[in-house]
Amino acid sequence: MRKLRNDFPILKRKIHGKSLVYLDNAATTQKPRQVIDAVSRYYAQTNANIHRGIHTLAEEATEAYEGARKKIADFIGAKDPAEIIFVRNATEGINLVARSFVAPRLLFERSRELLLTEMEHHSNLVPWHVLQSKVESPKSKVLLKFIPVKKNGTLDYSKLDTLITKKTALVSVTHASNVLGTINNIPRIVKAAHAKGVPVLVDAAQSAPHMPIDVQKLGCDFLVLSGHKMLGPTGIGVLWGRRELLEAMPPFLGGGDMIRSVRYDGFEPNDLPWKFEAGTPNIAGAIGLGAAVDYLQKISMQNIRAHEMVLTKYALKNMQKISGLTIYGPQDSKKQTGVISFNLHGIHAHDLASICDREGVAIRSGHHCAEPLVRKFGQNAMARVSFYLYNTKKEIDIFIDALKKAKEIFK
Amino acid sequence: MSDSLYREQILEHWRTPQNFGKLVHPTHEAFENNPLCGDEIGIHLNVNNHVVGDIRFYGVGCAISMAATSMLTEIILGKKIEELKKIKKEDVFNLLGVMPSPSRVKCALLGLSTFKKALQIFEQTE
Repeated sequence: MRKLRNDFPILKRKIHGKSLVYLDNAATTQKPRQVIDAVSRYYAQTNANIHRGIHTLAEEATEAYEGARKKIADFIGAKDPAEIIFVRNATEGINLVARSFVAPRLLFERSRELLLTEMEHHSNLVPWHVLQSKVESPKSKVLLKFIPVKKNGTLDYSKLDTLITKKTALVSVTHASNVLGTINNIPRIVKAAHAKGVPVLVDAAQSAPHMPIDVQKLGCDFLVLSGHKMLGPTGIGVLWGRRELLEAMPPFLGGGDMIRSVRYDGFEPNDLPWKFEAGTPNIAGAIGLGAAVDYLQKISMQNIRAHEMVLTKYALKNMQKISGLTIYGPQDSKKQTGVISFNLHGIHAHDLASICDREGVAIRSGHHCAEPLVRKFGQNAMARVSFYLYNTKKEIDIFIDALKKAKEIFK
Repeated sequence: MSDSLYREQILEHWRTPQNFGKLVHPTHEAFENNPLCGDEIGIHLNVNNHVVGDIRFYGVGCAISMAATSMLTEIILGKKIEELKKIKKEDVFNLLGVMPSPSRVKCALLGLSTFKKALQIFEQTE
């Protein structure tokens, strides 16, 4: 593990004179030398625009970009690289599905509902609010429904069959909560949805970086992820969709690269996946994400999940010993990712984060872009730690000591 | 204590905030929140002859927003509106005795922006 840490230059940084303890991985992850080098090598040696030009650099750049697509297809078990659409992030992937898949369906009277969970990140809530405001008229309402979250931070699956109706246009759910850490039972949700002919989108932004993902086993119809949460660069993400669904969808953004031919009076869309990639894409980002996937697969997602389970169990055990500390979520390393949200009685999460920062410990505080969920638990703000493959038990000890120091300051 | 943001003076105001609560019949009031962190502050004023005769603040927030607002109410009390219009964010940092890091500036200034809103309401009703 010490050897792996050497791959991450930023982990050698000092913060306020202390060694950096980076526990904000659910927000974004640090980048290994391999990813930084892949991006820098592309700009230094093969930079050219893709899919056009027949010179050597253009061919090399295209090969690297399309090679990254193949790596990601393999990483999530996609049948065909053409099902991998490069987008900016998970958020953009969801917006693409909202505009190009769901919006046309909502025109039909028989599909006027969307089913989410109460634990969605704003990225899987606000796109649906926006869509709702676009297609709603006084006569026809689009209804957002939610699978409830129980007190222990897990979903109430008993409501599933009544919540999914023949009117449901899409079930869009997170695989793992960015606040509670809860890992949701996607196959169960898919089974209930497909029984009524309803497609399912899975937001894997918080799961794909931390556990093996296989879209065939999950059974879903769409899946989105963000590169920067899995060692990759910012500004690159992925939408995966079943080929037949993507084929039938109209384009999302218009522009270059997404067209087969253009006339003054119209255009012919390109084939998959380019139909959905308008304009020059984030080539360096895709190559960087490909390098990140190589790095993760070399370690293996099983090993990463096992390491994070050990850290989560250790952190939960030590946090539970601190009096006045409330943890929100399942508190079971088997049922959750390495995300733990908490509050320390009488101390605001922002103050906790400031005190941890003075000790070199980066934690998150606030509503974690899941404001309704934080409010549901009766809180204005929560503090959160989230682990990744480079974190250690020793770092958790430093974090626990910082919490004790906060208690001392605010006694 | 090594952490300059949490000086004893700030912690003292956090433990026992000054002018905390609500007025029964405020002449003017304002409420502000910071949706990013969930901090909420309300300010009640009793203004007579262009002088703040009484002030209370209420709400929930971090130690920095609570202490800064508590300190602010102490200097507002008894002053003329004309004078109070001149209060700047730098005055709040001076009261705190520390320049908060960029991510905490909003916490420090929530009380001031709530008070400025109350002043605007005063101007509009004049």
